[in-house]
Amino acid sequence: MLKLQEIDLFYGAIQALRSISFHVQPGEIVSLIGANGAGKSSILNAISAIHPISSGEILFENHSINKLPPFRLVEMGLSQVPEGRRVFSKMSVLENLEMGAFTRNDSLEIQKDMEMVFAHFPRLKERKKQLAGTLSGGEQQMLAMGRAIMSRPKLLMMDEPSMGLSPLLVQEIFDIISEINQDGITILLVEQNAQMALSLAHRAYVLETGRIIKSGTGQALMQDEDVRKAYLGG
Amino acid sequence: MSLFLNQLINGLHVGSIYALIALGYTMVYGIVKLINFAHGDIIMVGAYTAVIALATLGWSAPFALLAAIVICVLFGVLIERIAYKPLRSSPRISSLITAIGVSMLLQNAALIIFGAQPQPFPTIVNIAPIRFNSIQISFITLLTVSVSIILMVTLQGFISSSKAGKAMRAASEDYTTAQLMGINVNTTITLTFAIGCALAGIGSFLFCMAYPAVSPTMGSLPGLKAFIAAVLGGIGIIPGAMLGGFVMGVAESLTKAYISTTMSDAVVYGILIIVLLAKPTGLLGKTTSEKV
Ligand SMILES: Nc1ncnc2c1ncn2[C@@H]1O[C@H](COP(=O)(O)OP(=O)(O)OP(=O)(O)O)[C@@H](O)[C@H]1O
Ligand SMILES: [Mg+2]
Repeated sequence: MLKLQEIDLFYGAIQALRSISFHVQPGEIVSLIGANGAGKSSILNAISAIHPISSGEILFENHSINKLPPFRLVEMGLSQVPEGRRVFSKMSVLENLEMGAFTRNDSLEIQKDMEMVFAHFPRLKERKKQLAGTLSGGEQQMLAMGRAIMSRPKLLMMDEPSMGLSPLLVQEIFDIISEINQDGITILLVEQNAQMALSLAHRAYVLETGRIIKSGTGQALMQDEDVRKAYLGG
Repeated sequence: MSLFLNQLINGLHVGSIYALIALGYTMVYGIVKLINFAHGDIIMVGAYTAVIALATLGWSAPFALLAAIVICVLFGVLIERIAYKPLRSSPRISSLITAIGVSMLLQNAALIIFGAQPQPFPTIVNIAPIRFNSIQISFITLLTVSVSIILMVTLQGFISSSKAGKAMRAASEDYTTAQLMGINVNTTITLTFAIGCALAGIGSFLFCMAYPAVSPTMGSLPGLKAFIAAVLGGIGIIPGAMLGGFVMGVAESLTKAYISTTMSDAVVYGILIIVLLAKPTGLLGKTTSEKV
């Protein structure tokens, strides 16, 4: 479904990604784990065409998407929940969800999907009219996820959805990710919470200073000696 | 008392023109964080277009107005594409200097084409002012204030409820995330410039009806005042530009009546300085910090 081939990415003179190659198959949950500054967000922003890559190729459903603008990718079914939620704080919860559906024109279906989002996140329904900036961190994360689902993505990329949330809420968010996946949406999950990310993922990649150093099934990586030491606290 | 009311009405008249022009500054700033110094000169472009349409081509006023709007929009959109878009990811100062350059280019091009001699703007309406005892309201004032208010209400409705308007708000708040929503920010920016310049085109026509002298530098002063109005109200905030415009117009006209005609600019700048000292984000600017 998604395939990255030898991606290099620079910020000025600093190289953030070095020959990154990996793939995601339809229906999978794939996790990318790695320490701060490893390049996880850079990978998602390269895929979403927010930051240009300097070499390599990105394929989505066998089409090269290297040169497409960000809005075309959303139309094709690629959606991202950015790091730090980034809800539109001066807009209401409802308007944020409408922005998620920006590329669509089927207002009846949009209405249905909105109900579906509210079914996943009942707390958002109670706060429909509230300005997104006044939501709690957890609610903002739910809104950011709901907003991304509103585009009806085929592949949903999430950048550290558990950041700054209480353990209980993290569990809730991960349960919902699993539900969304069962609804048929493929997931690329970036996480610092390696424990959660690996237990949820079908497959995972480990990133270190801009390179992929390990890959395997979630289970296998959880047993891996180096991964346990570096990311799972022994 | 009647002097006061008459001056207040005058103030609302110029103020509504400042407000229309200020909207262009504030909308553009909201989305690309650029003070478009060439915006004032769009007034001049609209004024020459209208003069040519009315005097040279002999068109009727509605068609001349339409021509002014179309040409202003065309100029605004082209300026954005040619001069500002290539600099979007450059440091802010580059586009600011470019904006000043575009302003000088427009003024000097007009100087070469039309000469420095001001051209008269033809009289369009000749309707006697309406009088209530000692208060009189000219037809042009009535027209200007009501057209401006209708435009502002329409714009506010467009921004708050239409899909394109919401996209403009989203892109103003978070450019990158707007892209992740599938919003084509280039289209949104073009639309913003187009709306701002259409309002400037209408503002220019109304301005010329009140001050019928068209010259290459005629846009500088109303442009500057409208910019100050936008800052006064809170740059990037649409109702702020409207409020700022009216405050500026009224302050200016009352100063002229009660203090001194030569002092009015000083008073206006004084108000700006005091407001910004007390509230650096402008009259309607929010100072509250947001959750991250
Ligand atoms: N806009 C930018 N300009 C310059 N350098 C950047 C920029 N964005 C990221 N970097 C650098 O690129 C490297 C990778 O950053 P990235 O944000 O991809 O890391 P990450 O794995 O997502 O980290 P975290 O877990 O902290 O979010 C870092 O060294 C970072 O400093
Ligand atoms: Mg990151």
